[in-house]
Amino acid sequence: MAATSKGSRKGTMNGLPDWGLLLGSVLVYLFLYAPIAVLILFSFNSTRSTQVWSGFSFEWYGQLLADPTILQAFRTSLTVGVIATLIATVIGTMTALALSRHRFRGQSVADTAIYAATVMPEIVVGVSLLVFFVAVRIDLGITTIVIAHVAFTISFVTIVVRARLAGMDRSVEEAAQDLGASPVQTFFRVTLPLILPGVMAGGLLAFTLSFDDFVITYFISGVGSSTLPLKIYSMIKFGVSPVINALSTVVLVATLFLIFGGSRLLVRKDNT
Amino acid sequence: MAKGWSLGLAALLAPVTLWLGLFFLVPLLFIVAYSFGTSGAYGGITLGFNPGNYLLVFDPLYLEIIVRSFGIAALTTLLCFLLGYPLAYFIVFKGRRWRNALILLVMVPFWTSLLIRAYAWVVILGGNGIANKSLQFLGITDGPVDLIFTPEAVLLGMTYSYLPFMVLPLYAALEKFDVRLKEAGKDLGASRWQTFLRVTFPLSLPGVIAGSILVFIPSSGEFVIPDLLGGSRTVMTGNLIQNQFLQSRDWAFGSALSVILGVLLLVAIMFYIRRVGTDKLEGA
Repeated sequence: MAATSKGSRKGTMNGLPDWGLLLGSVLVYLFLYAPIAVLILFSFNSTRSTQVWSGFSFEWYGQLLADPTILQAFRTSLTVGVIATLIATVIGTMTALALSRHRFRGQSVADTAIYAATVMPEIVVGVSLLVFFVAVRIDLGITTIVIAHVAFTISFVTIVVRARLAGMDRSVEEAAQDLGASPVQTFFRVTLPLILPGVMAGGLLAFTLSFDDFVITYFISGVGSSTLPLKIYSMIKFGVSPVINALSTVVLVATLFLIFGGSRLLVRKDNT
Repeated sequence: MAKGWSLGLAALLAPVTLWLGLFFLVPLLFIVAYSFGTSGAYGGITLGFNPGNYLLVFDPLYLEIIVRSFGIAALTTLLCFLLGYPLAYFIVFKGRRWRNALILLVMVPFWTSLLIRAYAWVVILGGNGIANKSLQFLGITDGPVDLIFTPEAVLLGMTYSYLPFMVLPLYAALEKFDVRLKEAGKDLGASRWQTFLRVTFPLSLPGVIAGSILVFIPSSGEFVIPDLLGGSRTVMTGNLIQNQFLQSRDWAFGSALSVILGVLLLVAIMFYIRRVGTDKLEGA
């Protein structure tokens, strides 16, 4: 650590090139945040324009709350997110345990399959599930959305939990087993409490991925059930409106709360 | 570390095998089968061995779209690298006590909805958008010009959306870097550039590769951004696939396109895992 700070202090004394680097970085941050800032700003505009500022109002947030289809889409997203997260977190944690606590034939195949599921383009996953559900005559709707969301989030949970397991001190587990605990007892009394921050981080990631997913859901949602991203998409297709800005702002703020709340929780858990 | 197969291991792996087998692998096999089928006039499909769907890909009309998609994805990757590397370098080596806050600022867009971030550009680049207003204000253009629904708009939107995917693995790679190596380079008389090119950059290469893959793969299959920012004039493979499944209902050709996209990208991934190993990917 001391080496790091010494190194960086030395670097800044070299003068000009660092100013270029600083300026470039500031511009990249501006590039990342300016569009979002504009989006949020115009959600408070008093006229229908998303371009010309006319004054402050909450009008578009009022319209947002008055639209039952938006609230319905929000409920659908929440239901799907919670159910899919619970299933994916349990399965993903089991998979992570299997991959990091065992050495077995076919392990590299299992490893590759887990990664393949994370890197397959969403559109390919979406259309293949559409073809599959139609072929085996499963009606498109909330059930198919949950099935699909679990399928694409399991791998992410597995990767996060596995990283946590890799950093864990195994001697505690061994001690528990020496004291006569069964493997199941050891897991629930020792391993799970220790990897809980990783499991929760994995669950949080799964929920965010599920809540934000558009492409896969788009293909397998059917006519009746619309999630929030699908609703936002159809609103954008219909035309630019400050209501979309307001809705986007609400989703952005909710996501931020989830992540900061989640990460604070994780940090606290880590320290104990 | 338990060695070999046991009942416990089988029980741990059963749910993932069932779920991913049934709802990931089997559907992929379905589109492979469909890609060799023949689409009927009413959206039905007759299975068989019909290579015609794959041959159709070489139709200049479609080939142009596919080649352009990979071109746009490659350019997106390059732009993300050019913007992302200096930023990651800055955060790691000059960020000092703000390092965590600075990387968090990159992670926030990473976590927020891609759809919403694409919408932000729809508003900015639109006919009367801020971009057009600024160009007119600066006297560069006289009236509104077409900024949205161009290949450049798609490239901009994709670079914007995928930049965090490049910065995060670069940060992870550079963070592990031992600064003493840089100092050693300097002590041995290397200039800053020499140290960077000979020491820092080669050691950050796994991050560069991981970031490039994380950007290139979603970019080449992208469908939302060209749909919202490219319109009918900048169609990409993703839009072509979507069109076959939801509008023209030629599921056989759509399946062939999906198989090609999936296989090309999986080959790239296999190649990467062989060379660098999965542990580096995990670091990302």
